[in-house]
Amino acid sequence: MDFGSINPVVLMASLMVASTPILLAALGEMVTEKSGVLNLGVEGMMIFGAVCGFIAAIETQSPTMGFIAAAVGGAALSMLFGFLTQIFLTTQVPAGLALTLLGTGLASLLGQNYQGMSPPRMPDLHIPVLESIPVIGPVIFQHDAIVYLSLIMVVVIWAFLKFTRAGLILRAVGENHAAAHALGYKVKAVRFAAIGFGGAMAGLGGAYISLVRVPQWTDGITAGIGWIALAIVVFASWRAGRVLIGAYLFGGITVLQLNLQAAGAKVPVELLSMSPFLATILVLVVISARRHGATSAPAMLGRIFHTS
Amino acid sequence: MTELLKVVGLTREYPGVRANDDVSFSIGTGEVHALLGENGAGKSTLVKMIYGLEKPDAGFMKLRGSSYAPQNPQAARAAGVAMVFQHFSLFEALTVAENVALGMENPPKMSELAQSIREVSENYGLPLDPDRIVGDLSAGERQRVEIIRCLLQDPKLLIMDEPTSVLTPQEVEILFKTLRKLQSEGTSILYISHKLEEIRALCDGATILRLGKVVGICDPKATTAREMAEMMVGQTLHVPTREGGEAGEVLLDVQGLNFVPSNPFGTRLKDVSLRLRAGEVLGIGGVAGNGQDELLSVLSGEAKTGKGSVIFDGQDVSHMGPNARRRIGLLAAPEERLGHAAAPNMSLTENTALTATIRKKLTKSNFLNWKKTEEFAREIIEKFDVRTPGPGSAARSLSGGNLQKFVIGREVLQDPKVLVVNQPTWGVDAAAAAAIRQALLDLAAQGAGLIVISQDLDELMEISDHFAALNEGTLTAPRPAKGLSVEEIGLMMGGAHDMEMAG
Repeated sequence: MDFGSINPVVLMASLMVASTPILLAALGEMVTEKSGVLNLGVEGMMIFGAVCGFIAAIETQSPTMGFIAAAVGGAALSMLFGFLTQIFLTTQVPAGLALTLLGTGLASLLGQNYQGMSPPRMPDLHIPVLESIPVIGPVIFQHDAIVYLSLIMVVVIWAFLKFTRAGLILRAVGENHAAAHALGYKVKAVRFAAIGFGGAMAGLGGAYISLVRVPQWTDGITAGIGWIALAIVVFASWRAGRVLIGAYLFGGITVLQLNLQAAGAKVPVELLSMSPFLATILVLVVISARRHGATSAPAMLGRIFHTS
Repeated sequence: MTELLKVVGLTREYPGVRANDDVSFSIGTGEVHALLGENGAGKSTLVKMIYGLEKPDAGFMKLRGSSYAPQNPQAARAAGVAMVFQHFSLFEALTVAENVALGMENPPKMSELAQSIREVSENYGLPLDPDRIVGDLSAGERQRVEIIRCLLQDPKLLIMDEPTSVLTPQEVEILFKTLRKLQSEGTSILYISHKLEEIRALCDGATILRLGKVVGICDPKATTAREMAEMMVGQTLHVPTREGGEAGEVLLDVQGLNFVPSNPFGTRLKDVSLRLRAGEVLGIGGVAGNGQDELLSVLSGEAKTGKGSVIFDGQDVSHMGPNARRRIGLLAAPEERLGHAAAPNMSLTENTALTATIRKKLTKSNFLNWKKTEEFAREIIEKFDVRTPGPGSAARSLSGGNLQKFVIGREVLQDPKVLVVNQPTWGVDAAAAAAIRQALLDLAAQGAGLIVISQDLDELMEISDHFAALNEGTLTAPRPAKGLSVEEIGLMMGGAHDMEMAG
């Protein structure tokens, strides 16, 4: 199996690497939105996480410390959004946009002295036995821990929202904050937690770009992936499984079109660059159109909660 | 009867208003106690303090002899106090079982919970499927979810805030049976309602609040509804009377109208026919969600229908939008005050401009004449006794009853030939409701035709010449309202409508 100069095994393996940052960020944002908060600052939290992770990894020479710092950094930045929207009752859309601008600027500032450095390498986990299966082994079972973490998170978040009491309360807050308050649930505390979780996941996703996917620091390294993550949450109708499909589809076609470009395919480059966006939107729209798509949005999404 | 809850001297102050002022009363074990009062009398605040949502500034409560000061609703529930809210505190996207679980402290596993929901619901004659999504349930069924959520916690005191406002007479009967059964098991019930006849039928004692103070305590079984109403309002009630009212020429003629709403959750109108004469009041009853909103929308012009299906004053208006219909005198006031009848964040003046520009000629070459608009807004405020700082206040800032007076007044004062109103007195206190009804009757006496869609049957009986009911999108043939019995009305509304007693 060889399509010109493209090796399908390498292609599939890099698909997973390319999709992981989108998947992490989109999962985090999905949880935030499930609690009724629309945080448009994903891109900003990602790039801030990317720079925090990069700096921490260089200084400690430990990629693990890098990822921890990235999650903390992303969560810290998201808390700013939390204070603005939950305590000072700012409208969520501009607060989120401001967060992206702030995050991008902060990241450029902090990353200035780290350009051109190379971070310590994240070791791949070779899963015994499974890794030696032909084709599937190298594609699926020879990745670093974060790839597996992101996949585990899909299941964990799905189960958390569907089966646990805390997940039920989170969904309840996103569906009807006044009723949740009347039943005695702490709407703001739940939302703070969800915002923080979304920030941490976005930070992880950002660090995955700067530490594994690229791996180095340049300004604007996230290149709009945060926005894609936001769109995927919507098109995936706020479901973890569909977020996985969306993220992998986008990542997959991105990798494929890059390979096609490198292989000199006779398709205009612009069309190829456009293809991941088109395909992702198309597929997820078709999926969600089957059963009342957009109505599955949390009813309180983006609405401000006043205690009265 | 031993005393369950004793409230002594509760006072709660909000900026600028003393919502509760030295309120004291007590409820015995197994007593059904009514809390009566107009809107703004302080019933909600009082109940919120008992349920732990608000803390009193002064005074104390005792539950079964020991001090009771719940910090939050969880503490109240732990002490055996449960509450069924007026505006359902339900989550539409979640299932019945999930909704119930959210109202419990330590819910069992979902499968066990579903089982106990089935058991309790059958026990109390309130059948309910735990796996259904609440958004798909009728109003009556939603209320059952709330009641069962409370019952599963074995409450000592059940607080019910206006529980019957959305129910058919048959559903009310079933609810009362449930409540009497609870009472016989020793549960006390604090029952808040505007409907005095209900209170007389159900309650053992009543406390009457006015402007945050207790103004009377009575035995509702030995007091007439009129006496209670007068205590509540603090003045003699003006009961609307029909003046004149010989029906004139046909103003509105709808024949065989079919309509499929664009909203997938809406109700289809099937073969609706009605004829409205000048000076006539046609009352349309029915449980919410049986096509009331759709009927209003095809009459107001929000929805257009097939050629010739709506004839107004001899002219086919079925293709006309709301403004074109307003121009020729067909006006409507929808049910939903905030968001449909009025734009919540706009001022009363701006809201006036939204429907009144055409008939009151508030524009000059398409520029709004704000001065004239404000004058008209002031006129509405004055004539309909709308309590607000002024026409510059946002619609959202008015209480429900006051905003209702405003949106009804806005249409009435435009001198319509036909006015269609949906739930004109929903959530409005007795005095204001009487004023609104009188205004509607005056309008009819001047020769306008009125269609009043309402779920309050007493109201319909009081003001209608003819009565018809909507049932799943079909309208019964109008019958003269005089002499209709409650049973006949219930049958017109579709009988028990999925409310058969279980077991």
